[in-house]
Amino acid sequence: MNQTLNQEDSKNTLRKIEDDLIRPLRNHKGFELWILFLLLMFIIGGYAYIIQLKDGLGVTGLRDYVSWGLYISNFVFFVAASLIGMLISSVLGLLKIKWITPISRIAEMIALAFAMWAGLVIIIDMGRPDRFPYVLLHARLQSPILWDVTVVTTYVAISTLLLVLPLIPDASILKRRMTDAPKWQQFIYTMVSSGWIASPEQYAIIRKSMRILAILIVPVALAIHTVTSWLFASTLRPGWDTTIFGPYFVTGAFVAGVAAVIIGMYFFRVNYRLANYITDFHFNRMGQLLVLVSLVYFYFNINEFLVPAYKMKTMDVHHLHGLFAGKHAVMFWSVQLFGLIIPLILLIFRPFRKPLPIMVISIFVIIGAWLKRYLIVVPAQEHTFLPIQNVPENFMVYQPTAVEIMLTLLPIAGVLLIITIIAKLFPVIPIWEIAHEKGVDESILK
Amino acid sequence: MRYAMAIDTKKCVGCSDCVVACQTENDVPIGFCRDWIVEVMDGSYPNLEMELRSERCNHCDNAPCVRCCPTGASHIEEGGVVKVKKHRCIGCGACIQSCPYDARYSHPEGYVDKCTFCYHRLVKGEKPACVSVCPTKCMYFGDLDDENSDVSIALRNRKHKVLAPEAGTKPHIFYLI
Repeated sequence: MNQTLNQEDSKNTLRKIEDDLIRPLRNHKGFELWILFLLLMFIIGGYAYIIQLKDGLGVTGLRDYVSWGLYISNFVFFVAASLIGMLISSVLGLLKIKWITPISRIAEMIALAFAMWAGLVIIIDMGRPDRFPYVLLHARLQSPILWDVTVVTTYVAISTLLLVLPLIPDASILKRRMTDAPKWQQFIYTMVSSGWIASPEQYAIIRKSMRILAILIVPVALAIHTVTSWLFASTLRPGWDTTIFGPYFVTGAFVAGVAAVIIGMYFFRVNYRLANYITDFHFNRMGQLLVLVSLVYFYFNINEFLVPAYKMKTMDVHHLHGLFAGKHAVMFWSVQLFGLIIPLILLIFRPFRKPLPIMVISIFVIIGAWLKRYLIVVPAQEHTFLPIQNVPENFMVYQPTAVEIMLTLLPIAGVLLIITIIAKLFPVIPIWEIAHEKGVDESILK
Repeated sequence: MRYAMAIDTKKCVGCSDCVVACQTENDVPIGFCRDWIVEVMDGSYPNLEMELRSERCNHCDNAPCVRCCPTGASHIEEGGVVKVKKHRCIGCGACIQSCPYDARYSHPEGYVDKCTFCYHRLVKGEKPACVSVCPTKCMYFGDLDDENSDVSIALRNRKHKVLAPEAGTKPHIFYLI
């Protein structure tokens, strides 16, 4: 690593890396089918949204008490999964941890896709989406909703830059290599490469900008998930009214995000045949990272549930009974066991950190993470602050309708679509950074 | 000027006339209501005590719903009445979640709706529909700043309480006990 090669070796090494990483961009086997599948999900979700726009939120299971359901659970999950870009490419990058180079772009892609759709998911849940501009026109700084809108858009902007900047040298290489690509694709490469000539000044600028962005994104990323947790924690509802919601959400987000990146890594390693770049070593390291963040999250879970369960305050009793032994008990304990504790224990042992087992475990973790958001959002609304009788059954019990479930699929398909498109236009591993690590002469990286 | 309401839990018979009057007066969509009746049972047989309460928005001084509204649709009118500008509301639901009294609901047309103390009647010098219609005359409404108003007299002469005082909202519906 970092030994400099002579001109001839440089050219050969670079050629090899370029071939390996650009080949998947030309291979379209199964690609159309996948896109068709995503479009189908889009059409189903779009149809559901048209119904909802026409008839209002009454077509959902959202009623008087549970007015934040699947949509908001999904929103919280999306924000959570988007935090990983910050952890991998920023925190680990600033700590100068070298092994993240081949996976940083995968993490950034996942982060950007989830963050972009998180903002749109919120609009799905609004009673009057046509009045969304009012959030800016009649903005009130005192409202946590406004804080959320502000930080989510800032995060999307910084994440975009953090994804696009390292694409510049790669786009320049692609412009040279992908001469047979359609015109619009070459146009994109020309635009993104923005006049890259691999001069030392350009390297200095790009490295410095990436460093500034990596530092900037840390507080913004912490802010988006903390503010999202405050949407809940700033109310008086038992189950939400707690002071540790900020860090509890942030650590939970790291668990979900690391699992998402592991799944992405496995997919690209197998489908793009990148086993030489995304190696067992990387999975091993990501497994260790997942153990670390899961332990921290486990600690916050104990804080979140043990302390109120020890006191059993009048207000908390119904909520905790529902989770521990009531109607949400099966989901609650499954999520804690299969989504957190068992993965945590398994991943301590090395054989489970091999690519296939860790990918399977990550799928459990990510499903657990989604259901955990549901358990945070919904049960807390099913009981009122004060006693009340004779309310309709559907006020107290939340049952998502078909329209709601179909519409929840739309943003999920959207996230996958964005990741697919980026991964089809650009190499999923930064060519120039890998080449630099292998000691390729920087001036030929164009 | 500070509008408030005092409700006599000893006189209320739980007939729900106030609920129906409100739904009619304010054209509340079917399946929703801006006020409702709560029965709280205390003790064990045969020594039972039941409290009947007609509940609605408490028109709080420290209103969590007004605080968290992103567009200023939820606001406080002259006289301390908490109202929603229905053409300004984006229907995000933050106020519904923040209200400890569950006084708000999502109108089928996408905005959030709630009790207004029948503001359109107040400006004409009339009392809210629920107060006017109550068959046992258990509700007293008026201006707290006026010491001769019905509500001031009722609060002066009787023991009273508010709901969820621990929420710190400074509610303005008082229950005479």
